[in-house]
Amino acid sequence: MDTVRKYRAGTFVTEIIMIIAALIFLIPFYFLFVNSVKTFGDLLRDSAAWPSAMEWGNYARAWTTINFTAAFWNSVIVTVASNLLLALISSMTAYQLVRRDSRFNRLLFALFVAAMVIPFQSIMIPLVKVTAAIGLTNSLPGLIVCYLGFGVPLSVFLFHGFTKSIPLEIEEAATVDGSSPYGVFFRIVFPLMKPMFVTVIILNTLWIWNDYLLPSLILSSEHLRTIPIATFALFGQYTKQWDLALPALVLGILPIILFFLLMQKYIIEGITSGAVKG
Amino acid sequence: MNRTKASRLLQQLIFVGPSTLFFALIMIIPFLLGLYYSFTNWNGVSSQVQWVGLDNFITIFTNDTKFRDAFWFTTRFTVLGVLLTNVLGFFLAYLLTKPLKTRNVLRTLFFMPNVIGGLLLGFIWQFIFVKSFAAIGDLTNLAFFNLPWLGTKGTAFWAIVIVFVWQTAGYLMVIYISSLNNVPKDILEAAEIDGASRGQILRSIIIPLVMPAVTVCLFLAISWSFKMFDLNLSLTKGGPFGSTESVAMNIYYEAFTNNRLGLGTAKAVIFFVVVAIITSLQVRFTKRKEVEA
Repeated sequence: MDTVRKYRAGTFVTEIIMIIAALIFLIPFYFLFVNSVKTFGDLLRDSAAWPSAMEWGNYARAWTTINFTAAFWNSVIVTVASNLLLALISSMTAYQLVRRDSRFNRLLFALFVAAMVIPFQSIMIPLVKVTAAIGLTNSLPGLIVCYLGFGVPLSVFLFHGFTKSIPLEIEEAATVDGSSPYGVFFRIVFPLMKPMFVTVIILNTLWIWNDYLLPSLILSSEHLRTIPIATFALFGQYTKQWDLALPALVLGILPIILFFLLMQKYIIEGITSGAVKG
Repeated sequence: MNRTKASRLLQQLIFVGPSTLFFALIMIIPFLLGLYYSFTNWNGVSSQVQWVGLDNFITIFTNDTKFRDAFWFTTRFTVLGVLLTNVLGFFLAYLLTKPLKTRNVLRTLFFMPNVIGGLLLGFIWQFIFVKSFAAIGDLTNLAFFNLPWLGTKGTAFWAIVIVFVWQTAGYLMVIYISSLNNVPKDILEAAEIDGASRGQILRSIIIPLVMPAVTVCLFLAISWSFKMFDLNLSLTKGGPFGSTESVAMNIYYEAFTNNRLGLGTAKAVIFFVVVAIITSLQVRFTKRKEVEA
């Protein structure tokens, strides 16, 4: 597409229009940041103006009110643990489903694919009962188990498509050289799957980190709150206290924005390949 | 012989066992239980759960205007949201595949809202609609910004559409960009040499060739908007007067606020059936397109 036309006057006009459009697009972030450092009176007077004095104390109050340290680490623990376990078990399952083409495995794969259609809200009510019955409620490991269950269908599906593209000859050669099936998977197939690991981990991170509904049903203790739950609780308690709410929102979005800016190349690639295969 | 059989079974167990176990525990069992509870009067408190046959479904279809309103809201929202976010996403992608000097930065900026979860975005926009729009209205005197955005039924609907499009257009843009980049350059060059206008190239060459991406993007947008929960929970809480209550929210309130879990699961089953029908139609449509592409 891009090499067809050179940089012309029309392209320059497009460039200017797009830059203006992007600035308009980002205005909500301007309002968010600017007002997060205003005193309450300053904020009510004029929310468009630049702050007359930087009230960084807002951030300190927001930090302690939502117990940001705990919320941040809870979110990190749940996201990282769920991701690593999901990537491991899904890649192993997908590999087995492709290489052992039994009737059971074909049925299982069909079930995974079919389950991708089920909306979370369709099973959340009995899920609460099931998780309570087996002691998964109100614990981070319990929440992680839930993410494993919900994440497996899409992750297996993505790895399944990828495994089919791995040539069988490499594995056969390794088997002839005396490698066990586990050795073949972990030493040969696992490293080859790297691009798909990136895709799966990116998609699952964006989902798990931002998820509100599932943790809100599973966790009840204050010290287990993840960032979305802590934010929701703050809004329930202090309505319209924007000088407290806005810095809390900035704190809440900062980690994922930084993650995105650092990883944006992978995120954009991951989304593209996830969409093409999904 | 027996040993290899045993070791194959062990391998199957190790490779497939964990994911199957979690999947069965977290998705299959609750799903089947949900089917059962949808025919009962389960309220979560009393241990007696009675079979009530089709009563829940009859109640929902004949005597539940809130559920019907929620469905109608969700349908209207889905149609408009899907259409607008795809048009904007495609338009951004089309312009960002031109040789702009800043296009990588622009791509990043347009995508950024998407990495933030719907719940936090809803709260951020609550502030924008309530406070910032008023401030912009004072500065510019535009009536658009002085509307009571979250206060009336009509404007609250559009408020959610605006935030949804703002959040999701960048994601679809990324998919459209990769599809546009795969349009063969020699076809475009040939068309240009033959004197085709830019509009003609877009209509007759580019759009037909990106149809597979269109179907993927439609599918994604439909599934996001139809299942929406977080965004309107934090932006409007379903208000004013329940006018922006989505189906997902209605199910949630029925089960966890009204404690009518049997009725809630019946709604959840209906929700599942509708989503499954829409999705399978969409997948069939996608498959047909793949053959052409």
